[in-house]
Amino acid sequence: MSNEIAIQPGISGHEVHEHHEAHHHHETFITKYIFSQDHKMIAKQFLITGMIWAIIGGLMSVLFRLQLGYPDLQMPWLEDIFGHWAKDGKITPEFYYALVTMHGTILVFFVLTAGLSGTFANFLIPFQVGARDMASPFINMLSYWFFFAASVILMSSLFVQTGPAAGGWTVYPPLSALGDASQGSKVGMDLWLVSLALFVVSSLLGGLNYVSTILNMRTKGMTMTRLPLTIWGLLFTAMLGILSFPVLLSGFILLLFDRHLGTSFYLSDIVLNGTKILPNEGGSPILYQHLFWFLGHPEVYIIILPTMGIVSEVMSVNVRKPIFGYTAMIASLFAIALLSFLVWAHHMFVTGMNPFLGSVFVLLTLLIAVPSAIKVFNWLTTLWRGNIRFTPAMLFCIGFVSMFISGGLTGIWLGNSTLDLHLHDTYFNIAHFHLVMGVAAFMGMFAGVYHWFPKMYGRYMNNTLGYIHFWVTLICAYVIFWPMHYEGFAGMPRRYFDYMGWESFKQFAELNKVISFAAILSFLVQLSFVFNFFYSIFKGRKVTTTNPWGATTLEWTTPIRPGHGNWPGEIPEVHRWPYDYGKDGREFIMQTEPVGKDESSH
Amino acid sequence: MSTQVPAGYKWWTGGKSPYNVSYGKLMMWIFLLSDTFTFGALLISYGTLRVSQPYWPDPNHVYNTFPFMGEANLPLAFVSLMTFILIMSSVTMVLAVHEGHRRNRAGVEKWLLWTILGGFMFLGCQAWEWTHLITGHHPVLIDGVVQEIGTTISRNPFGPVVPGLMHDGHPVTVPGPVGFGGFFFGITGFHGFHVFSGVMLNILMYFWTRNGRFDRQGHYEMIEKVGLYWHFVDLVWVFVFLCFYLI
Repeated sequence: MSNEIAIQPGISGHEVHEHHEAHHHHETFITKYIFSQDHKMIAKQFLITGMIWAIIGGLMSVLFRLQLGYPDLQMPWLEDIFGHWAKDGKITPEFYYALVTMHGTILVFFVLTAGLSGTFANFLIPFQVGARDMASPFINMLSYWFFFAASVILMSSLFVQTGPAAGGWTVYPPLSALGDASQGSKVGMDLWLVSLALFVVSSLLGGLNYVSTILNMRTKGMTMTRLPLTIWGLLFTAMLGILSFPVLLSGFILLLFDRHLGTSFYLSDIVLNGTKILPNEGGSPILYQHLFWFLGHPEVYIIILPTMGIVSEVMSVNVRKPIFGYTAMIASLFAIALLSFLVWAHHMFVTGMNPFLGSVFVLLTLLIAVPSAIKVFNWLTTLWRGNIRFTPAMLFCIGFVSMFISGGLTGIWLGNSTLDLHLHDTYFNIAHFHLVMGVAAFMGMFAGVYHWFPKMYGRYMNNTLGYIHFWVTLICAYVIFWPMHYEGFAGMPRRYFDYMGWESFKQFAELNKVISFAAILSFLVQLSFVFNFFYSIFKGRKVTTTNPWGATTLEWTTPIRPGHGNWPGEIPEVHRWPYDYGKDGREFIMQTEPVGKDESSH
Repeated sequence: MSTQVPAGYKWWTGGKSPYNVSYGKLMMWIFLLSDTFTFGALLISYGTLRVSQPYWPDPNHVYNTFPFMGEANLPLAFVSLMTFILIMSSVTMVLAVHEGHRRNRAGVEKWLLWTILGGFMFLGCQAWEWTHLITGHHPVLIDGVVQEIGTTISRNPFGPVVPGLMHDGHPVTVPGPVGFGGFFFGITGFHGFHVFSGVMLNILMYFWTRNGRFDRQGHYEMIEKVGLYWHFVDLVWVFVFLCFYLI
């Protein structure tokens, strides 16, 4: 099926164009901004919804960092806002657990999965493969609205009387299965499960579109090895989502049954609150952990692979050099995607699993270091002797590589089952995954937003605010998470409400204040990014050329403000790979330029 | 779609589908791959919990009844009939797709109706079997008292037999593993939900065929896509059948 009929099946590309021009002014507010089927608008919907979630999730971390940094401080304004959740100006333990749970859920799923993949897959795939829209724009629209419904339900769970889910973002049973076990396992938990089930549907609908668009809708000449690395990253991400989210859905279905129908999938031999003996028997809470982490581990790559692609692309544009090791980059993405399905039990070393089985998972986990290292060396070699343009997007790319190295190395520690026995569920673990998939993914996302903002809105973001945003974020990220490694070595467990009751953790009282201060500062500087984003949509410097960064990929061949259908005329044909920078004395050669007779090969 | 292609034709160069299928069929295939993982996770969960139990009921003993046959011992006869009905509905689906290729609207309508009928018959059989399991009471020794209980998601009468103890002419058992009912109703219910969705899709296809939608489009590809889904649901049943009735 050809690309021309992507939008209006049955009519030719020329007619699409005329149709588009003729009816442009008939688009109503609702079809253009609300129930839009244009991949660019859906991308913006995902991005802005993700930003709203990020602010909420970030604010939650500020609240619990206040508790951790200043456990004795009374802040009456907290009670003014949160009522009985912050009695006497102090966060209650129930509120604290709800906050860390929702912070994790929101950031992992709603920001770094939907907000990230939803934005960049929707925005970049049709542009960079040379398609007028997604394979099915309608299913694409549904994908956003399922995400929106999931968002509404999760948001509503914040306002129920017993509060939102509060058993940690992994919602392990039996705690999460028994409403009588804790406040956070009551109706908030049901809303959490329903919300996440809708989220899985959204992710599936999106993923189906991403994969079939990349495979089927590439323009003439766009072979798979001429795809920008962004597209490769998004392709593997979508495949991971398609294959791992359904397993999570199965786990949730069984959990819902255990909660409401009296089944015993995860429950066995339980005495509740020391008095009530439950009739359930034969179930296994470990089963849930297997089902959860079969998604949970690919999930961290669902978060990081798109940013790996974005960083590779933005970095190459801004060092004016081809990406080093294009094929190796694809191969390592593939290796990471494949291995990510075979390592889930390294989250479960302390569950009492067979040590022999554990050693298999150790081996497979450590194998991931190989493709990851290949990628890091390729980025470093791309930077090497590059003609670097330090745009905010480029700084965030470098920041990404820095975070990925710092956080990735500690992954090798945690992947060893013997070391993990000590480090499991400590602040070492918090530091590891926040650096490698939290901050690193955010850095990659920011790189993408700063870089493609001109394509999204026809204006630039403010560079000065961008530089401030980058440096404060980078420094704060290290100030927050570096000391956590030491706390973790000392055995300081995660998710505790107050550490001052332990002699061994009193030494960290001042350190926790520093971490909390940096966390609050980094939250505030993110608000400056939000301001920059919305201000620039309306007041930013206007883009005056179609290809402001001097990039080679197809999105920069469209008009500055492309309409629905992206290219006013024919879709351009592709003749070369996307990384012809500094070749034969020319700064860059667009993918659409035919290969010359005397051109050297790359 | 199935036109002759020259040898050495390059499928992956862009501007066309590398698999020579429309994006819609590709999406259906990928969705089925995804759904395979959903069922796979459920069936593997069932397997792991089952092998962790010291005792598991014998399916030949649990599923040995047939409608209107009273107490006759007919192991797996009814489920074999159900399976036969579902497989036959796949055959009629193939014929509907085939008539779609020939763009014979009447033929598509006829075979879709047979498929819909097969789907409803399967669902009816499942409803009967569920009802029979839930309401069919068996004597079980619980807390020293013989009680008559049916199979539900939280109770299972098919435990080991208590030697020498009879009740109304039936051997008395102790309660069996509760996971049995949970997984049976959970997984066959989830499969039944898929069949139900498939029947609804087929009904939609029937009306779309009748009002000439596919003739106007010039092809019956939508029937093929729903057919893929229908065959998949059928294939999943084979595995459900294997895991619950044969092993």
